[in-house]
Amino acid sequence: MSTESLLDGWKPTAPGDVTPREESKMEGSPVRIEGVRAAAAPGTASVRNKVELKDVSFYYGDFKALDDITLDVPENQVTALIGPSGCGKSTVLRLINRMHEEIGHTRVEGQVLLDGRDIHDRDVDVVELRSRVGEIFQKPNPFPKSIYDNIAYGPRLMGVRKKDELDDIVERSLVQAALWKEVKNKLGNSAMDLSGGQQQRLCIARTLAVQPEVILMDEPCSALDPVATQQIEDTIEVLKEDYTIIIVTHNMQQAARISQFTGFMLVQETGEPGRLVEYGATSKIFTMPDREETENYITGRFG
Amino acid sequence: MRKSKKLSELLISKTILACGVFAIGVMLLIFVFLLKDAVSLGGSYSFLDFLTGRNWYPISTPPVFGALPLILGSLLVTAIAVVIAVPLGVGTAIYLAEIAPAWLRETMKPAIEVIAAIPSVVLGFIGLTLMAPFIQSLFNINTGLTAFTGGLVLAFMALPTIISIAEDAITSVPRAYRQGSLALGATPWQTTSRVVVPAAMSGISASVMLGIGRAIGETMVVLMVTGNAAVMPTSLDSIFKPVRTLTGTIAQEMGETVFQSPHYYALFAVGLILFVITFIINWIADVVLHRYREAE
Repeated sequence: MSTESLLDGWKPTAPGDVTPREESKMEGSPVRIEGVRAAAAPGTASVRNKVELKDVSFYYGDFKALDDITLDVPENQVTALIGPSGCGKSTVLRLINRMHEEIGHTRVEGQVLLDGRDIHDRDVDVVELRSRVGEIFQKPNPFPKSIYDNIAYGPRLMGVRKKDELDDIVERSLVQAALWKEVKNKLGNSAMDLSGGQQQRLCIARTLAVQPEVILMDEPCSALDPVATQQIEDTIEVLKEDYTIIIVTHNMQQAARISQFTGFMLVQETGEPGRLVEYGATSKIFTMPDREETENYITGRFG
Repeated sequence: MRKSKKLSELLISKTILACGVFAIGVMLLIFVFLLKDAVSLGGSYSFLDFLTGRNWYPISTPPVFGALPLILGSLLVTAIAVVIAVPLGVGTAIYLAEIAPAWLRETMKPAIEVIAAIPSVVLGFIGLTLMAPFIQSLFNINTGLTAFTGGLVLAFMALPTIISIAEDAITSVPRAYRQGSLALGATPWQTTSRVVVPAAMSGISASVMLGIGRAIGETMVVLMVTGNAAVMPTSLDSIFKPVRTLTGTIAQEMGETVFQSPHYYALFAVGLILFVITFIINWIADVVLHRYREAE
């Protein structure tokens, strides 16, 4: 697969960005990477960083799963994390809403900052954090309730009781998630009767209803067909106006299409922790990556 | 080779068919027998009087077979058992499934299931010798052998069924629901009470129905600890008075009746009532469980 074909649907910002493979090849490879200090990508000085990971390492029990990840996530942009299975992409996501705590026996080193504040501080309320950082899961997971009750679930937790207020939130969230037209006449029906793609958009609407600032998406399209995937991608495109989105994806075309920034993660050898090999503007990662591993991965030589 | 294979297939399938037909046939025969003898009462006694009569004097002349006190007795004892066992059982199930650490859950669950293996006569004995005197002195009443004592022991008997099935139902709620709820900023308790328990509700209801079924059909315990006075439970304080249940009546009187006498038939009619009540409860449990499986 050539680099060009990966860029279907993605338009390079400047003509001539596409780089021949030879230019980016590094001398004396393979190189062992000890955690790349990925500064914010060039040309983003004006963009505020919403989420920052600083020298983050992560352990499941004794097993080191992530090593020294440093990553700046700019506000109101889509940041994609790509890499082969098991490289720790989803683990990075979990650290940002502290869902890793639901597993037990985990340890975090370094800092994860949301608006400059370390969310792993002891006095940060995890419940409040999760209402600010929403998550869309790999497999759509609507609750076995009506469509309406799924969306109203979050607002009700926060004490919204008035019927008309809830009605407004439900409609607004469904419109934002591009599902309103399909379900407006059957809000009382079970969410389980929707198709997979509709269920995933319902989950997006459910997350939007609590008005988070950051939305984490863990391979949100991996269980969906191409049409449903297209709809989710269109939704993401609109959502980034108001939300900071971090998406983990296996699908490189998808990363190229929808993200402004891309991080490439990799486990160098079995048993080693996942590292962030390269991070920068999506246009750069997909056309002239600095690292050979990145190039090999996006051109489909492994992974 | 192929022929013998075909033959053995045929033999096996016919044998299994015979097992099924036999089991179902036996059940049908029991039901027909019960029905036949119960209906025979109609020859000498009006069914309406039987169902609504407030007095059960089977050996007076002429005998009076008013089953209402027995029906109400059974329902009262069962209701007491349900009121005690359901909150306790469902609460324990939620605790074990959602809150307890894994090691505790793994020790507690088999331990609770062992309770189901205690013979009911042993529980009745404990009720008779320990609980009845305790309840008598606690509430300062004439006898400790009351509907309440029976309900208490029955609650204890129904607990393992309720806990075990409800815990299974709660545990089998997909993790994805929990994660989805937590990721929306719900606290663990909000997640449990608003997502997990409602999702497991049909399984929990089924556990309750099966627990009730167990309580209403129980004989030995109620025979030993409810006092066995066939008195109409008319007011709330009947809870602390002796009652007689459908099951207890049959167990106590069947040995003394004359074969094919009106009393004999009346006891079969009592059995039929019990059968109908149990059938309805099991049917509801089945419908509820079925809906629960469909929802998955």
